[in-house]
Amino acid sequence: MDSSRRHVLQLLGLSSLALTARPVLNAFAKEAEHTEEPKAVIKPNKKALTAKQWAMVIDTRKFESADDVEPLVEACDTIHNVPHLKNKRHEIKWIWETHYHNAFPGKAGQFLSEAVEHTPFIVMCNHCENPPCVRACPTKATFKRESDGIVLMDFHRCIGCRFCMAACPFGARSFNYRDPRPFIKETNPKFPTRMKGVVEKCNFCAERLAEGQLPACVEVSEGKLTFGDLYDPESEVRELIRTHYTIRRKQVLGTEPSVYYIV
Amino acid sequence: MKDKKYIFGGVIIFILIATFPFWYNQGKAAPPPELELTAAAKAARVCVRSTEYMKAEHMQLLDLWRDSVVRRGDRTYVNPSGKEFNMSLTNTCLDCHSNKAQFCDRCHNYASVDPYCWDCHIDNPKENT
Repeated sequence: MDSSRRHVLQLLGLSSLALTARPVLNAFAKEAEHTEEPKAVIKPNKKALTAKQWAMVIDTRKFESADDVEPLVEACDTIHNVPHLKNKRHEIKWIWETHYHNAFPGKAGQFLSEAVEHTPFIVMCNHCENPPCVRACPTKATFKRESDGIVLMDFHRCIGCRFCMAACPFGARSFNYRDPRPFIKETNPKFPTRMKGVVEKCNFCAERLAEGQLPACVEVSEGKLTFGDLYDPESEVRELIRTHYTIRRKQVLGTEPSVYYIV
Repeated sequence: MKDKKYIFGGVIIFILIATFPFWYNQGKAAPPPELELTAAAKAARVCVRSTEYMKAEHMQLLDLWRDSVVRRGDRTYVNPSGKEFNMSLTNTCLDCHSNKAQFCDRCHNYASVDPYCWDCHIDNPKENT
């Protein structure tokens, strides 16, 4: 190799030239940016309701018979295009009623007060603060939304593995074993349906909250259900929790459900 | 090079077969589809973004909308000219382009793409109401 003095000097000159190239290029790049068209912006709806953690208080004393429950379930099912399948094993449930000893296993004594024995208990996804379904999901199709604590489903991403269903201790999730479309009585064109092979559940009406409306079941419940921010000490739900004795489903599991029941 | 003729013969046959679709279909390209705009779309004149942008990037835009709405709950799109839109395929896009068969499908069929949007999203909100 030729390592004459001249060659080394040439190399040094070239390298110092290369060092000055970068700032020049940067200056050109900056100029180009100015000509770019302004970017579009994405922002939340101005009317949207916000909270740190949405929560619900269900006053079970105000539920007497199935007639009190039906309008709530009906409202939810029509808005969210929830299909009605006859086969119990294919059933899709977002919100439904059950007995005390099913809603609160471990809390039911051998003998119960008549009121509790006959009251229909409304159950749905508890939107846990520590949701086991989210941990089980291999595709992050289900996630806990940071902004308001709702446990949501991204149906686009669900691969139908049903790990979440196994993980949920409340049976709040249903799987579409069949194409749900033929089983929807009246389709609400504003909300998508689901397809065969995805899991679905209550979404705390995230799409309504985004437009400043309360969840459908709360709206038609005539005060039987209360909805609000669990971390706002002034909220209606906190007021009810403060002034009444409330229980939560399977609290001992540590999932921290956000649905409270006044018994 | 005793097998010269076999080698070159084979290469020529291979080239003929490999390029068959190109010369067989030469001059027979299917004409690009004519898209029909609804009266509402014509009256609006511009879409969420410019026509060129929408033609080339609508899938990226919809993907962005989907992630924003589903994951973060941010549903308002402000386009570069400052106009606000509710980010919804069914309620915004298809409200204007309510003729999916003459608008979406024609191009998708031509390009042989099969988006699965309509497995869940209701394709013609106006027809159903």
